[in-house]
Amino acid sequence: MSDPTKPRSDTGPPGIALPGRAGGNPLGRLTEAGHMGLLVAIALLVVVGLVTKPAAFATTSNLVSILSLAATIGVITVGATFVIIGGGIDLSVGAIMALASVWATTVATQEFGPVVMAICAILVGTGTGLVNGLLIAYGRLVPFIATLAMLVAARGLAQRMSDRKTQLIQPENSAIVELSTTRVLGVPLLVYIFALVVALGWVLLNRTTFGRRTYAVGGNPEAARLAGIDVRRHTMLLYALSGLCCGIAAVLIMARTTTGSSTHGDLYELDAIAAVIIGGTLLTGGRGTIIGSILGLLIFTLITNLFILNGLNTSDQLIAKGLIIVVAVLLQRRNLKERAP
Amino acid sequence: MLVMRGIVKQFPGVRALDGVDLDVRAGEVHCLLGQNGAGKSTLIKVMAGVHQPDEGTVEFNGQRVRPSGPNDAIKLGFATIYQELDLVDGLSVTDNIFLGHEHARLGFVNRAAGNRAARQVLERLGHPEIRPTTEVGRLSPAAKQVVSMARALSHDARLIIMDEPSAALAHDEVANLFRIIRELTSQGVAVVYISHRLEEIREIGDRVTVLKDGRTVAVGLPARDTPTSQIVSLMTGRNVEYVFPPRPEAPAGGPPGEEVLRVEGLTSPGAFRDVSFAVRAGEIVGLAGLVGSGRSEILEAVYGARPSSGRVVLSGKQVRKSVVGNVRRGMGLAPEERKAQALLLDQSVTANITLGSLPGFAKFGWLDRTRERAEAERLAKALDIRPPDPERPVKTLSGGNQQKAVLARWLLGSRKLLLLDEPTRGVDVGARAELYAVIRDLADRGIGVLLVSSEVPEVLGLADRVLVLREGSVIHEGDARELDEHLVLDMIMNGRAA
Ligand SMILES: Nc1ncnc2c1ncn2[C@@H]1O[C@H](COP(=O)(O)OP(=O)(O)OP(=O)(O)O)[C@@H](O)[C@H]1O
Ligand SMILES: [Mg+2]
Repeated sequence: MSDPTKPRSDTGPPGIALPGRAGGNPLGRLTEAGHMGLLVAIALLVVVGLVTKPAAFATTSNLVSILSLAATIGVITVGATFVIIGGGIDLSVGAIMALASVWATTVATQEFGPVVMAICAILVGTGTGLVNGLLIAYGRLVPFIATLAMLVAARGLAQRMSDRKTQLIQPENSAIVELSTTRVLGVPLLVYIFALVVALGWVLLNRTTFGRRTYAVGGNPEAARLAGIDVRRHTMLLYALSGLCCGIAAVLIMARTTTGSSTHGDLYELDAIAAVIIGGTLLTGGRGTIIGSILGLLIFTLITNLFILNGLNTSDQLIAKGLIIVVAVLLQRRNLKERAP
Repeated sequence: MLVMRGIVKQFPGVRALDGVDLDVRAGEVHCLLGQNGAGKSTLIKVMAGVHQPDEGTVEFNGQRVRPSGPNDAIKLGFATIYQELDLVDGLSVTDNIFLGHEHARLGFVNRAAGNRAARQVLERLGHPEIRPTTEVGRLSPAAKQVVSMARALSHDARLIIMDEPSAALAHDEVANLFRIIRELTSQGVAVVYISHRLEEIREIGDRVTVLKDGRTVAVGLPARDTPTSQIVSLMTGRNVEYVFPPRPEAPAGGPPGEEVLRVEGLTSPGAFRDVSFAVRAGEIVGLAGLVGSGRSEILEAVYGARPSSGRVVLSGKQVRKSVVGNVRRGMGLAPEERKAQALLLDQSVTANITLGSLPGFAKFGWLDRTRERAEAERLAKALDIRPPDPERPVKTLSGGNQQKAVLARWLLGSRKLLLLDEPTRGVDVGARAELYAVIRDLADRGIGVLLVSSEVPEVLGLADRVLVLREGSVIHEGDARELDEHLVLDMIMNGRAA
């Protein structure tokens, strides 16, 4: 037995060493660590593209087509990121987009010209999202169920409105289509819109009280409530925001396909949610980044592109995507473990 | 029985343990003392296999062991009650107690057997009223603590590690806990006991090991007769007087400061009924009572976080019972359970501190992050939050430092009324005196404070006026200077009004 009171007299650094810099942003270290892996994955896919189809892959036109492909789901992914960080889930995004595209291309709406059509799509999207939000926040429905119901109902309504027919955008409203045909510096306008939405989303999430509250509401709703945050109102706004993104996405898909249709955006919810998860956002809420989601989405889009370029089977493509989701989540879990106290 | 030598544990940026020695004998209660952030919880997590030490050795009954996970440690016979409750809210009491070693055959859980066994353990803990089938999320923090204790007991452990088990317990429950500890040690079980309450160490402890900044500064001190001054100066490296700040020089009856809060006939079925009182500007009003006497529930009801009937008047205006509105009008609540009710564990200290006053840092929703940081830094310094880096995720702080972050949240912005529920829970002796001074200073600046604490001396020492609660009713209201601990205990336990 040692002398009871003898203090250890070794010298050495004190117990509390200089704290490591955690990065300016509250989630700095997370984003950095998480994004590294995603960037590596993207680099790998690019290498695969360069090796297998050097001539077709590395062209501007292919790059532009990848980005255009990513733009529509990308806008939706931004909204989905907010909802998921806020502790919810939105399964109805694809259906809302379809409904918005149909509503904006009905004969009646088309009479008012392209601007009104775009506004109509955005309002329909936001409004439908708001209904989701009301049901979830004030009607206390589980998000999964409320948005699942909306998925079915919104698509049904879209079919009803369009009589299951694809609605063409009339030539006098071709301004909408020009979003995808007009190029600035070789890049179609819709890609700029996508970039703008990402930038605004990033600012909203990282620089405003709205974003901070989103993390709080998703991370610990009880603590958020007791800190004086109106959790229900915020939850409602998150779904409205997601709906708004779907409305914008509807405009983009109308531009790309020159149509409004009840079949637009089928299974987009899965791609969007998968992109968010791959990007490192926790499905349980409270943690995640916009940049991660967008990188996740790029991975998905690149895979699609590579499979098409190489003339491979779309079923194999789905299998590859499924594997990627699993691998990404496994990697994330390892990251989490290392950080857990 | 358990010997640890030269344990080192490094976290990114912090050397939490820097060569700790510990030896625990069979049948003893070995107390670990140290300031907030000294490394006590980290040390016991090393024992429990949650953390792997970077250096050092652990011997158990003469054999080198190296638990690589909590399961290993449990197999060795170590059971741990963590500082931060680790129960699954959605599961029943029984499921929580036997989580990981369910009563099951071929994967099918035998509910009846489980519930029976759970009832037994709970009875042994003196809490037959906790129903094994209740969902844990519905229990009070104190009852949750009992469940986590039951979980530790359900393992047939040879070493039980308790990290601040008494922090959530009231006086009589602590007595109960001690009875169980004595029962265990008489069977040769060793207990490692962490607490910031020295009087508990005196009562239950056999030997004391003191940690400071991740190192052992004293081992095996006799718990009963080492002078307090020696222990405190070992812990802090300086002499701290465990004192309460002086009350403002005021004639008895108080200068009738403006009434900040008036509560009339507040009732919440099942928790408390017909409670009326007032808090004046500059006044600290303490609520004393047992767990379950309705203390915390009253705070929640005043805050608007719990449905209630009756009137709540803030600065002369009756308020609608909504948290959002009340916060906007200048209330703040530091709740009892910091992890579940207050903190965003993944977020930085800054984000946690400013959460209650975000609009104050924003223009048109745009956050001024420089100012946010500066304010957080100022408060971290004022409350001595360690390490003093406000960008750290809150979950990497020690328990006591997390508590300070919870308090810091409501020191921002212009508050009129603060509701503090166990504000010093888990805070060390030295920092406690500083917190008292901060709270008194708030009151001196004209804020009304309503304080709940399980520690009667704290209520008596800090508050100007005390309300004594028993079973949901106020049974006494009076000047704190006219009460003593004994009297108050008598009232809260036996309901004898003075
Ligand atoms: N997961 C972690 N990551 C980084 N640092 C950590 C982590 N866990 C603890 N620390 C740091 O290690 C040090 C010791 O913390 P510990 O929780 O062991 O203190 P403690 O003695 O239990 O204090 P308290 O009395 O407040 O509970 C603190 O500086 C703390 O910030
Ligand atoms: Mg601790």
